Amino acid sequence: MLNINSLNVSYGAIHALKGISISLNEGEIVALIGANGAGKSTTLNAISGILHPDSGEINFDGRSIAQSKPGEIVKQGIIQVPEGRKIFSRMSVYENLEMGGYSLSNKNQLRENMAQVFEIFPRLKERQKQLGGTLSGGEQQMLSMGRGLMAEPRLLLLDEPSMGLAPMLVEQIFTTIAKINNEGVSILLVEQNAQMALALSNRAYVMETGKIVLSGPSETLMENQMVKEAYLGG
Amino acid sequence: MINKIKELKITWGSAIRVIVGSVVAVYLIWRVVIITFGSGEFGPDTWVRFLITGLVIGGIYALIAIGYTLVYGILFMINFAHGEVMMLGTFAGYFVLEALSAMPAPGTDANINFLNAQPVLSILLTFLAGAGVSALAGYLLEKIAYRPLRKAPRLIPLISAIGASIFLQNAAQLLFGPQRRQYINPDLLWRGQGWMIPVSGKSVMLTYTGGFSFVLSILLMIGLFILVRKTKLGKSMRAVAENKQAAALMGIDVDSVISKTFIISGILAGSAGVMWGIHNGLFNHYVGFLPGIKAFTAAVMGGIGNIPGAMIGGMLLGLMESLGPALLGLDFQLKDVIAFAILIFVLIIRPSGILGEALTEEKV
Ligand SMILES: Nc1ncnc2c1ncn2[C@@H]1O[C@H](COP(=O)(O)OP(=O)(O)OP(=O)(O)O)[C@@H](O)[C@H]1O
Ligand SMILES: [Mg+2]
Repeated sequence: MLNINSLNVSYGAIHALKGISISLNEGEIVALIGANGAGKSTTLNAISGILHPDSGEINFDGRSIAQSKPGEIVKQGIIQVPEGRKIFSRMSVYENLEMGGYSLSNKNQLRENMAQVFEIFPRLKERQKQLGGTLSGGEQQMLSMGRGLMAEPRLLLLDEPSMGLAPMLVEQIFTTIAKINNEGVSILLVEQNAQMALALSNRAYVMETGKIVLSGPSETLMENQMVKEAYLGG
Repeated sequence: MINKIKELKITWGSAIRVIVGSVVAVYLIWRVVIITFGSGEFGPDTWVRFLITGLVIGGIYALIAIGYTLVYGILFMINFAHGEVMMLGTFAGYFVLEALSAMPAPGTDANINFLNAQPVLSILLTFLAGAGVSALAGYLLEKIAYRPLRKAPRLIPLISAIGASIFLQNAAQLLFGPQRRQYINPDLLWRGQGWMIPVSGKSVMLTYTGGFSFVLSILLMIGLFILVRKTKLGKSMRAVAENKQAAALMGIDVDSVISKTFIISGILAGSAGVMWGIHNGLFNHYVGFLPGIKAFTAAVMGGIGNIPGAMIGGMLLGLMESLGPALLGLDFQLKDVIAFAILIFVLIIRPSGILGEALTEEKV
């Protein structure tokens, strides 16, 4: 479904991605783990068209999207839920979800998708009229994910969904991710919480300073000595 | 040590604010008491007249101020060429009225021109032309002078804006000449005529042009408010203003939203420019300068980036300008100075404006 080949991305003089290759098959959950500054968010932003690569390929369903605009990529069904939630804090929960469905042309579709999001996150339904900025951290993460689901993703890019959440909420968010995946949405999951990410995913990539240093089935990586020491606390 | 210096600064800052604030307040109260109970210099009819003048000009300021605030909200820059965008609208309206007044009305005798045969249609065409030209000017301004500098340090687009302002003023002078021109209104909106309002035995005139401008500016503001609150475009404008990257991830075309913001600002400024011409009559290529700076003052006063703030700020500035000289016992020629004094006061006492939130790191 998604094929990234020898991708190079830089911010001016900073060479952030140094020829990484990642693939993801339809229906999979693939985890991308690595330390701060490894280039995980950069990878997702390159897929989303926020950044354009210096060289290398990004193919979705066999078509190149490396030079596509973010709007076109959203229309193809690749939706990113960004790091740090980035909800619209001065807009209501309802309006945030409406913006999530910006690419939909049909009002009925918007309404149906919203009903589905409310089913997954009943909390958001109760707080429809509240301003996004006044939600708690956990609710904001739900809103950010709900907003992403509004556009009917085929591939969901999640950037550190567990960041800053209490263990119970992390548990809940990961359960939700599994549920979304069960509905047929493929997921590329960026996480600092390697333990949970490896437990949930089918396959995983380990990234260090702009390079993929390890990859394979998640169960195998969990047993890997290097992964254990660096990401699973020994 | 560093903490101590910081504390010192904070106390100094707030002390100055309190002192300046109380001095101004006491002086104003003292003046009002003297004028109304003491000298009897101005009767109630005069105050009503000032009030009307203030509301009419305030509406025009508000429309222009919204443009500053919309653009600031989305790009965090002051569009210093916005007054010139209005000026182009004033010219466009003028030329349409000129053409229509020279045109014979179809199917009537030659003594009546199109302007007076079809006054409503003519006014509509005039506003469409003014708003259209200013919208185009705003659109091109962003595309040519600001977009290439989107990633540059914040000072650079400001310099570009000032350059664009000087360029547009000089271009207008070259194209249209430096002489003052006069708007030709249809008889229906003849300048200097109006409704007579009786106020304590005397009568005060509400000019047709003034009443018309005021009502139209209110309608445009309501329209803008609905646009921003309720429509898909308005919501995407707010989303882009808050976080461009998140907006792009929703599939919103950020560049196109920015263009549309300049177009909307242009429509409002162009309408204000035509109102200015219809209401005041005389203008030349400098017409955008003072209203531009005053509307900027109004936008800062209301809290830059805040739309209701710009509306309130514009109205307040119009009122202060017309009531201020009398209240302060100053010469009426000094009304322009008052606007700038207010700008400085606001920046000292409440930099974030009336409705503005404190500027956060992220915004600056
Ligand atoms: N806008 C930017 N301008 C310049 N350099 C950047 C920018 N964004 C990221 N970088 C650099 O690119 C590298 C990769 O950053 P990235 O945000 O992709 O890391 P990450 O793996 O997502 O880290 P984290 O886990 O902390 O989110 C870092 O060295 C970072 O400093
Ligand atoms: Mg990151």
